[in-house]
Amino acid sequence: MKQQDSNSIIENLATSDYKYGFSTQIETDIIPVGLNEEVIRLISSKKNEPQWLLEFRLKAFRYWQKQTVPTWAHLEIPEIDFQSLSYYASPRKNAPQSLDDVDPELLKTFEKLGIPLEEQKMLSGMAVDAVMDSTSIKTTYKEELAKLGVIFCSFSEAVQQYPQLVQQYLGTVVPYTDNFYAALNSAVFSDGSFVYIPKGVRCPMELSTYFRINAVNTGQFERTLIVADDDAYVSYLEGCTAPQRDDNQLHAAIVEIVVMNRAEVKYSTVQNWYPGDKEGKGGIYNFVTKRALCKGESSKVSWTQVETGSAITWKYPSCILKGDNSIGEFYSVAFTNHYQQADTGTKMIHLGNNTRSRIVSKGISAGKSQNSYRGLVRVAQRAQNARNFSQCDSLLLGSQCGAHTFPEIDVHNPTAVLEHEASTSKINEDQLFYCNQRGISTEDAVGLIVNGFAKEVLNKLPMEFAVEAQKLLQISLEGSVG
Amino acid sequence: MLEIVNLHAEVNGKEILRGINLSVKAGEVHAIMGPNGSGKSMLSAVLAGHPAFTVTQGSVTFNGKDLLAMPAEERSRAGLFLSFQYPVEIPGVSMVNFMRAAVNEHRKYKGQDPLSAGEFLKMMRAKKDIVELDNKLANRSVNEGFSGGEKKRNEIFQMAMLEPCLSILDETDSGLDIDALRIVASGVNQLKTPQNASIVITHYQRLLDYIVPDIVHILYKGRIVKTAGRELVAVLEEQGYDWIKKEVGE
Repeated sequence: MKQQDSNSIIENLATSDYKYGFSTQIETDIIPVGLNEEVIRLISSKKNEPQWLLEFRLKAFRYWQKQTVPTWAHLEIPEIDFQSLSYYASPRKNAPQSLDDVDPELLKTFEKLGIPLEEQKMLSGMAVDAVMDSTSIKTTYKEELAKLGVIFCSFSEAVQQYPQLVQQYLGTVVPYTDNFYAALNSAVFSDGSFVYIPKGVRCPMELSTYFRINAVNTGQFERTLIVADDDAYVSYLEGCTAPQRDDNQLHAAIVEIVVMNRAEVKYSTVQNWYPGDKEGKGGIYNFVTKRALCKGESSKVSWTQVETGSAITWKYPSCILKGDNSIGEFYSVAFTNHYQQADTGTKMIHLGNNTRSRIVSKGISAGKSQNSYRGLVRVAQRAQNARNFSQCDSLLLGSQCGAHTFPEIDVHNPTAVLEHEASTSKINEDQLFYCNQRGISTEDAVGLIVNGFAKEVLNKLPMEFAVEAQKLLQISLEGSVG
Repeated sequence: MLEIVNLHAEVNGKEILRGINLSVKAGEVHAIMGPNGSGKSMLSAVLAGHPAFTVTQGSVTFNGKDLLAMPAEERSRAGLFLSFQYPVEIPGVSMVNFMRAAVNEHRKYKGQDPLSAGEFLKMMRAKKDIVELDNKLANRSVNEGFSGGEKKRNEIFQMAMLEPCLSILDETDSGLDIDALRIVASGVNQLKTPQNASIVITHYQRLLDYIVPDIVHILYKGRIVKTAGRELVAVLEEQGYDWIKKEVGE
């Protein structure tokens, strides 16, 4: 093997095809393209929403109209024509009552994705709320959860069944005025998940939802709301894959989490939307606002994300540590390849006394991609004894990619203690040769090193998810070397 | 087993190996000695397939196969092992994952099924005793934070795991104190069988007190200028390398 061969091996991380690139032929009910008040009224009425929710949407829409697209991220975003998108699509058939009623095409799609919607799910102790396009297809184990008083259902269903809960918490963590995409989502959000864990209940199973974008030119605007009441606990998993598309697809989701006294929420994401091809054509634009409010004392939120997909990722799962002794955590692996761009990180806002936060971010860049960590740690004047530890590591594969860190610190209380560690490393030829000499191919060696680099974060994922995430990293690297 | 004929190799356009001839048979221990800069380490790197070096002339046959046509990982799987002079650190990759990947690649090459986690750990526990490494080894990252002695012992441990047919020990004695040297040498000796062979590359004689060679070569300016029995080691120890330079006409 010549020197330039092995260089090109690393630099040509450029041939792996997206494994989940297929689309399902399902009739969908799509509103014509364009966005105006009429469209919003139509969405709201199709979903049979109460007046207050329509008003919420309209207020958000009017606010959004006055906003401009944010440009502060380290991203090159092509101009998006928001009037050329359709804002509502749902499988046409009525919501099925059992698996037998589910469109077989859809089931096949889930099968290809490896989403075990059926009995094996029960054995593995997981409930799945599968979302295709915008309407929930099936929610499992609702009854079992209901016995404990746990509510886990689609957002639309929650609006019908538990309007007072939704109204009480909707927009309290991410107001529609928060940012451009949050305003857009608040105006047009289609569906998503709703979780409520009552006082003192530890949710006995991992709650899981898989999102999937599946209609041409359909923006997807998910809205998730999780409320953990006093002393409650829940672990929530979000996994995503999308079919291959040439047209770029917009995704602007909101996740809001409210955590009361001594409650804990773990939110884990594996994101694998279509990243575009190796020339940078296509791929999902992912503009997500995720935020948790540690409202009660000694409450805790932990975000774990593995981001390998999307052409553009704009995402900052954050924690507002309002309750005294509350804890916020953010563990992230972001892998970018080809022409992918990721600008991701977190905000830790310390408001209460003795609040603690921990940030571990691992960025891996390959091909011609750009990978940025952007973080803010803010300690308010009244927050005594706040602690933060941040670690941002970047791993570069090849010499045409970029890794950037934008850590911001804003401290207004002298008792705060903040630590920040950062490193940038590159897989070097000697490491690869060492692996080769032991019989390990260059591709497998890169996989080993990447998984080793990301291990600290992958270990934070629930077991079955960790395996999936590891596979995903492997798939992302596959064929990209050699 | 190994047949090197008129091997020339260069790095950055500079020729370092200038016509090496060497023949190694099963059961033999060869020592290659020579002053600094004579090309000893480059010879080992070229045999192992390091991408930085270019072979310009000659051939190398390994168990009947054209070694130079094989990529580095295949040379390893075919039974060639290099104990590195400077073992490379791979942060984040645990020894257990690293060795498991390596061992299973070797097994696949031989048409064997991969080892289960249990079998593998058992094997690892047994082999680490050969070089007196402790139990923490498995979870430590490859060579990261290892002392000089630990790194060299770790090389021999890997050799024990992979059971190569030809081992090249590149300056395995450098940076070792006498106790570590003894452990490493004893490890190598335990692994010796009539079926395998090794090439010990060293500048000093002291390693050869423990690993006794059958044949000793002196490499000078990219050529093997003298080959003799183990008695040559004592001559070098006594007289240094200057007489060799005179003998080749300098």
